Order: sequence, then structure tokens, then C-alpha cells
Amino acid sequence: MTGTGSLVRLALRRDRLVLPLWVLVTAMLPIVQTTGIAELYPTEQGLRRFAASFGANPAMEALLGPIQHWNAAAMGVWRAAFIPVVLALASLLTVIRHTRVEEETGRRELLGSAVVGRNAGLTAALTVTVAANLAVGLIIVATFAGRGYALAGALATGLGYAVVGTVFAAVGAVAAQLTESASGARAIAASVLGGTYLLRMAGDSTGAAWLSWLSPIAWAQQMRPFAGEVWWPALLAAVAAAALSGVAYALTGRRDVAAGVLPPGLGPAQAAPGFGSLWALAWRLHRGTLLGWSAGLAVFGAVVGGAAQDAAGAMAGNAQLREMMARLGGESNISDSFLATVVGVFGIAVSGYAVQAALRARGEETLGRAEPLLSGAVSRTRWMASHLVFALLGPVVVLAVLGLAIGAAYGAGSGDLAGQLPRVTGAALAQLPAVWSLAALAAALFGLLPRLAGLTWAALAMFLLLGQVGALLGLPAAALDLSPFSHLLKLPGGEVTATPLLVLTAIAAALLAIGLHGFRRRDTG
Amino acid sequence: MSDVISASGVTKRFGRTRALDGLDLRVQAGEVHGFLGPNGAGKSTMIRVLLGLLRADSGTVRLLGGDPWQDAVELHRRLAYVPGDVTLWPGLSGGEVIDLLGRLRGGLDQARKKELIERFDLDPRKKGRAYSKGNRQKVALVAALASDVELLLLDEPTSGLDPLMEAVFTDCVAEARERGRTVLLSSHILAEVEKLCDRVSIVRAGRTVETGTLAELRHLTRTSITAELAAPPGGLRDAPGVHGLRADGDRVTFEVDDDRLGDALSRLAACGVRSLTSRPPTLEELFLRHYRDQGAGPANPDARPAGGGIRPVDREARTASGDAR
Ligand SMILES: Nc1ncnc2c1ncn2[C@@H]1O[C@H](COP(=O)(O)OP(=O)(O)OP(=O)(O)O)[C@@H](O)[C@H]1O
Ligand SMILES: [Mg+2]
Repeated sequence: MTGTGSLVRLALRRDRLVLPLWVLVTAMLPIVQTTGIAELYPTEQGLRRFAASFGANPAMEALLGPIQHWNAAAMGVWRAAFIPVVLALASLLTVIRHTRVEEETGRRELLGSAVVGRNAGLTAALTVTVAANLAVGLIIVATFAGRGYALAGALATGLGYAVVGTVFAAVGAVAAQLTESASGARAIAASVLGGTYLLRMAGDSTGAAWLSWLSPIAWAQQMRPFAGEVWWPALLAAVAAAALSGVAYALTGRRDVAAGVLPPGLGPAQAAPGFGSLWALAWRLHRGTLLGWSAGLAVFGAVVGGAAQDAAGAMAGNAQLREMMARLGGESNISDSFLATVVGVFGIAVSGYAVQAALRARGEETLGRAEPLLSGAVSRTRWMASHLVFALLGPVVVLAVLGLAIGAAYGAGSGDLAGQLPRVTGAALAQLPAVWSLAALAAALFGLLPRLAGLTWAALAMFLLLGQVGALLGLPAAALDLSPFSHLLKLPGGEVTATPLLVLTAIAAALLAIGLHGFRRRDTG
Repeated sequence: MSDVISASGVTKRFGRTRALDGLDLRVQAGEVHGFLGPNGAGKSTMIRVLLGLLRADSGTVRLLGGDPWQDAVELHRRLAYVPGDVTLWPGLSGGEVIDLLGRLRGGLDQARKKELIERFDLDPRKKGRAYSKGNRQKVALVAALASDVELLLLDEPTSGLDPLMEAVFTDCVAEARERGRTVLLSSHILAEVEKLCDRVSIVRAGRTVETGTLAELRHLTRTSITAELAAPPGGLRDAPGVHGLRADGDRVTFEVDDDRLGDALSRLAACGVRSLTSRPPTLEELFLRHYRDQGAGPANPDARPAGGGIRPVDREARTASGDAR
């Protein structure tokens, strides 16, 4: 453990921008949602109406979990149910960044030869991440209590967030021990997060509550903040986090620095005849992520489609609900508006995939893997394009899979497969212009200001925030319009106009051209 | 034109660092050219300019008759590069990387690849980080040496190789020269340089300070002298061309520039010589002096013999041809 202190300081220094950003954002969103809802719906009756129109159906419950009480704080926390997922993602990425990434780049070895214990890296990463999660919890308690909401509820919310983040920090710690590559570790940890989210969805939408109890991501909501608090899920989470950390430490003790627990195995002694171009190499580098996303979204799509179908079924059996829905604009709307929300959420998630694929070029460059290729008879444009193809066409594949899966599950249930399949697939693909804009932004930064390419993530986070709370905060329309996602159509169900999509696509094309041109002219390495 | 590489007055800055500060380099067809200099002298930077990975701020650079920045793709079919620190892809086996790099260069001699893999004792089935540092280096070396190219750009290619493998490398480069290849070899291993290089260029702080054959470099050098004297060596202390004089009782050791040797010896004789040993400098001493000694190079023209074999880099010509870009 020697040296942990200095490694903690190093990690805090390296994360001095990113860490406060995610801490503040995730900590502030619950109170922002709560005060927004409290202002819009000052009476309990209003809150009930909002809940009925927006949340009291199996589909929304699948997405966000059940509404637990008709008060503004409970509903604000419920509305912010995606934030623990973001917190979990940030936590696991932070741990991997300060463990496996350090080993992969060889920096760990440099430090390891100084007076640093073999567990110091892992301990420092966990310390920083757990402390960040505690900070999130404290800010939540302070903001809710400061606004005069019940202290018990504030505590339950804050504690719930902190323990969920901590559990996934430990998940990241385990994943970081398994593979040699950081991207492999991220894929494993993110799949676990996705899997637990799916479990919660399945549990909350099918009524098999025990399923959601298996899902750590649901433990925050099981604490029932502002709805008759239950405290022991926090203990459950603490035990899980401790157990997972124990596994991580045991694995670190058994493996060499920079090695994984999963052995890399042997490869072919010579390349297959087709493996002789940048495209073939790019396929090898990107295929794992692409297939992972496709498989993950196929599963999510099927679950979501099923949930939408359940919502439609619930409506059919409930005359009162049907009547209210009709007043709000027609029966098909509840499923449609749910599907449109889901497709929008996945549009943002798939943008993350696109940005990651585009920034892969930068990763290859900084790891020194671009140089041997660019010193071959290979044009820079081609090399960059080989990565951009995956940033641009990868999302097409992934979103098509998502749309087809939702459409198939929803259509099969409602007996309108031929109608729903193309309709929902189209809605998913209509997210592409916004996804492309972000990929193209990454490409433009990579070409012009490679050191700042990582800022694309900040842009994506900002767009996400604008969409989540921009309207609640009463930001001016010009600010909201900054986000490409605000220009997308509300599909399925909404009006179809091509203009915003074409404009977004044109902007993306211009950014791509700038990036490709810039990369042709700049130094590499 | 027999120059495979000709660069003059090349400058390159990174922010405030002047990595290249008017560097000149001439490599003739068919020679193995040593590219030497202390850490941070700008060797790797220059090689990356030659590869068109970096764009020089000013100066002229020609490579295989083309412009390394403009004609990169065409030129890269005719050259192979080995960096000093090879990074491989985690998911790819060494054999796959060798074939990929070869194919991207426009062809690999399969028979020679097999032979080289054997000679370098490389297991081509391992993946990425499963290779040790030296074995990663071998992957890049095999890919470069098995490629059918005219020019090899090698930037500390043997870093991490064991002595046995270094010997294999030396043989391979010698064979490459026999086949008519041109090699630019940046190295800190002097034995390697001595065995392989026809000519060398020494750079310091982004400038070429010497260039010529090793014999020429030796010619321009100092002799180490140890002598036992009858009287204290008073007159030697301020004699021109004498360096590092140490007197220990009646023993003196010093180095003297070869062109001042006669003068120094007559001063020694005046003190009464009881015994005297003199030896030419080792290559190591030679380079240490060039790396360290501020007096070496064109800044100190009286340190070189009039009309000596080695031509100091012509600074006038360089300033005239600078800023051609
Ligand atoms: N990408 C870069 N950004 C900033 N400075 C750089 C960059 N590349 C090189 N330098 C600087 O340029 C100078 C020359 O570096 P270079 O790598 O060419 O030296 P070198 O002669 O190859 O040294 P060594 O023998 O250690 O390999 C150094 O001062 C180095 O710090
Ligand atoms: Mg170097």
C-alpha cells in the first residue's frame, strides 16, 4: 500500500477537470428535477396527473422504475433515475482509467519501480472514486435539506447514489484485472452495468420484483427516498462493494503488472490472405465493440418492445386510462411516446459509441500505433477514414438492430409486425444525423486540435444535460438549440420533416471534411 | 544523383523547444549511414521528418528524389522504418503484424521473412503485450528487413535486443548493404556503429556537428598521453591543444589535439621524459567528446586541421538555402 497517498494526489491532479464535472452534474440533477417538478405541479393532484400521463404505465416503469409516492421530491428522484446509471458509468470508467489504462500505457511500470506497493494503484483508484461518490451523496443531502425537504429522504437519496456508484467502482476494479486492454475492461464493466439495468427493467415491468433486487442499479430506488425510507439496501450494497473489491485485490495479487487474468492466448503465425489493408485492420480493432453494442441493443430492444406492448395491453384493459389518454391525444400515443423517449435515450448512448469509435484514431496515434502504419504506403486520409467508417456506419448498424428488435417485439405482440417493424426501425435510424454530428465533431477536433479531441465527451455530456434539464431550468431556446438532439424528430408518432435532419447531416459532413483536411496537414505522433 | 537523402537547414520547433535547428544530412546510395548524437539531439525528430510524419518548419528535404511530405505514399513503398519503441496491437499476433506492415509497404519476401523469424528466434504466434521489449523490436525488424525496399530508416532498432540478437542484426544490415540497400541507422551502440557504418553524422542540439567516415573522424582527434617526468610539467598547462591535464606527483596524463602533438611533445621533452605511453582515442572517447565538448564542431574552427580529411558542415551554404519551403 505504500505510495497510495501520492498516487491519490496524482489521480486527483489528472482528473481535476473531469472528476468535479461528473460529481457536480450527477449530484445536482436530482434537486434540479425535483424543484422543476415542484414548480410545474404545485398540488398533489397535479403531480398525480403528471404521473398518470407520463409514468404510470408499464413501459415507463420499465425505463425508470416505479413511482413510489406522489410528492415532488419522490417524483423528482424517480425522474432522475438515469443519473445513477451515469454515476455508475463514470465510477467504473474512473477506476479503469487509473488502473488498467495506466498499465496498458506502461506508466504503471514506471511508477511500480518507484516505492509504490503492488496494490497502491488499485487502492488509489478506489479511494478517489469512492470519495467522489461520497461527495455526490453529501451534495445531494445538502441540496435537498437546504431546500427544506425531509432529511431522511435527502439522506436516502444521497446514500443510494453513493452506494450504487461505489458498487460499480468495484465492478470496474474487477474488470480492470481481467483483460490486458483497457477497452476490454471497459467493455466488460459496461456490459455488467447494462445487464443489471436490464435485470431491473425486467423486474419492474414484469412484476417479478425479485429480479430487480438482483440488480445493484436498483438498490438506490429500493431505499424509497421520500416514500417511507428503507435503509438496509445500503448495507447490501456496501457488502457487495466490499466483496467485489476483495475479488479485485485477490486478482491483482495473482497476476503480473500489465498482464490480465484472462490469458491472451496464441494467434496465427501469419496473417490471413485478406489481412493486408487498413480496412481489415480497422475491422479487427472495431469489431468487438460493434458486435457488443449490436448484441446489447438487440436485447434491450426486445425488452423495451415487450414493455411497450405491455403498456398498450394495460391501456386496453383500463377504460379510465384510455379515456385520459384519448384526451391527451390518442390511444397509440402512450406506446409511441414511450418508444420515442427510449429511442431518444439510445440515440444519445449510440452517440457515445460513435464518439468512442472516432476517438479510437486518437488513441491509436498517442499509443504510437499510427506511426508504423503511416510510414507504410498509406495515405493519412485513408488511415483516418478507416476509423471514421466505424464511427459513421457503426451507428447505422447498431441503431438498425435496436429498431428492428423493438419493432419485432412490439409488432409481434400487437399483431402488427409488418407495420411496426419499418416504423420503429425508421424512428431509430432518424437519430443518425445527431449521432453523426458528434462523431464528426470528434473527427474535426482530431484533425485540427488533437490534444483537445477528448472534449467531444464534454460536448456530449453538455448536450445530454441540455436535454435533461435545459427546459426545466428555463434556459433560452438558443442554448437548447445547441444540442443536435433537440433538432431530432419525435418518432415514432411525430411529424416527419426532412429539413432538420438534412441540416444536421450537412453540418456533420462539413465537420468531417474539416477533420480530414486538418489531419492531412498536421504533425502526427 | 547518388544522394538518397539530402537535407539542409532543417528546422523544427515544438512550442518553445527547437528540436531541429538547421540540421544537414546527406546519405549516399548504398551506404550505411550512422546517425549519432546525445539524447534529445533531434535524431528521432529528423527521421520522422524524413517519413513525412512531421512537417519541417524550414529547410529543404529530399528523400529518394521526392519530397517526404508531399510524396509520402509513393516514397513509403520504397522504404521501411523501425522505431526505437515498437508498440503492437493487443489482439494481433506478431506474424500478423509483420505481414500487415509488409503488405502496406507493397510486398514482403516470404522466404526471407521465414528465414529472419528463425534467425531472430521469434515466436510469431504471440500477441501484443505478450512480447517482451526485445521481441516487440524483433517484430518490427523482421517486417522491415523482409520488405523489398531501397531504404531502411532505423531509429535505435536494437534497443532491448540481447547481444546475440544484436549480432544477428549486424549481419542482417551488412547483408542489406551487400544487396545495395541504403541504411540510415540511429544508434547509441558504438560497437554497432563501428562495425556497420560507412559514414556517420553527429548531431547535437538539432545541428549537425560532424559528418564523415569513421577514419576521418578519428583523424580529427586527440591522443591520450601518460608520461613520467623529471620536472613538473609547467609549460604544458597553457599549451594550445592540451586538454584535461592531470599531474599526480611526477606522472601526468592529458589529451592533446593531434595537430598540436608535436608542440606538446617538445614541451614534454623540456621537462625530461622518463617514460611515455600514447594511444589513439577509443571510439567511445571520440564520441563522448563530440557529445559533450562545446568546442567540437564548427563553433571552434581552430580545433580542426587546415584542409583535414573531414569537411565541416558548411554553414554559409546552409543559411543561403534555408527557408526554401
Ligand atoms: N512531439 C514532441 N513534442 C514536444 N517536444 C518534442 C516532441 N518530439 C521531440 N521533442 C523534443 O525535441 C527534442 C529532440 O527529440 P528527439 O526525440 O528527436 O531526440 P533524439 O535525438 O531522438 O534523442 P534520443 O537519443 O533520446 O532518442 C527533444 O528536446 C524533445 O524533447
Ligand atoms: Mg530518439
